[in-house]
Amino acid sequence: MSEKNIKVLIVDDFATMRKVVRNLLKQVGYEDIVEAEDGVMALKALKSQKIDFIISDWNMPNMTGLELLKAVRADAELANTPFLMVTAEALQDNVVAAVKAGVNNYIVKPFTAEVLNEKIKKIMEGINK
Amino acid sequence: MNVKFINPFLDGTVSVLKTMAFVEPRAAKPYLKMDSLAKGDISGIIGLTGSATGSLALSFSEAAILKIVSNMLGEPIKSLNSDIKDAVGEITNMISGVARKNLEAEGFYIQAAIPTVVSGKDHSIAHVLGGPSLIIPFEIDEGTFVVDVCLTE
Repeated sequence: MSEKNIKVLIVDDFATMRKVVRNLLKQVGYEDIVEAEDGVMALKALKSQKIDFIISDWNMPNMTGLELLKAVRADAELANTPFLMVTAEALQDNVVAAVKAGVNNYIVKPFTAEVLNEKIKKIMEGINK
Repeated sequence: MNVKFINPFLDGTVSVLKTMAFVEPRAAKPYLKMDSLAKGDISGIIGLTGSATGSLALSFSEAAILKIVSNMLGEPIKSLNSDIKDAVGEITNMISGVARKNLEAEGFYIQAAIPTVVSGKDHSIAHVLGGPSLIIPFEIDEGTFVVDVCLTE
């Protein structure tokens, strides 16, 4: 599956950060990008269209990235959607909590377009094996 | 304030701005600030708790933050709009994240709150502990900014 065919959902409460991530994704060839401003809006988007990949911030009001991850994994239709957690927290406890909840990988801010692309590709390769 | 706290914030600032905004901030000599006046036109502040407690603020001149955010978004931003406010919060959050990770290696486990952003000429920085705070001045070609930390064990 090439970058062009992957529909990516960016979940972040900061509009600017969504723009930054969108900008980075575009630099490495992703074109089909949708956005949600929190976990609740993300679930709505996931229910209304086919999303191939979720990139979610950790710290958000209403529903955190971890809560969104748990909700996705608990939903039979969405459970297998690849999930990359973006966080400013590389703290051990958080990583363990995200792994336990079924995250595919995580990326610590700040990151470059290349590192983001590498993470996405690795997850997609693992799933398509 | 423990001098161990200086480098994690200094390194965190350089790393975040280099990676996300493609600028190379140059640090000058740190000094103590006794008042609460901000050194810039817009500031992000974040509370820190855990094995060290206090707050971290980033205070940017208008020229510096316009350059930084324009680079981050890949489009020119000409005034202190909502994109800039969002970005200052996010930059503060990221720098606090990298600094806290660096501090973890020194044995300090610190959690962060949600950042708030204040702007306007001569605004003040309300540190959780009141002060004094440690200022690490930085400059990029377009302008200046400071890291303003007030943290105690």
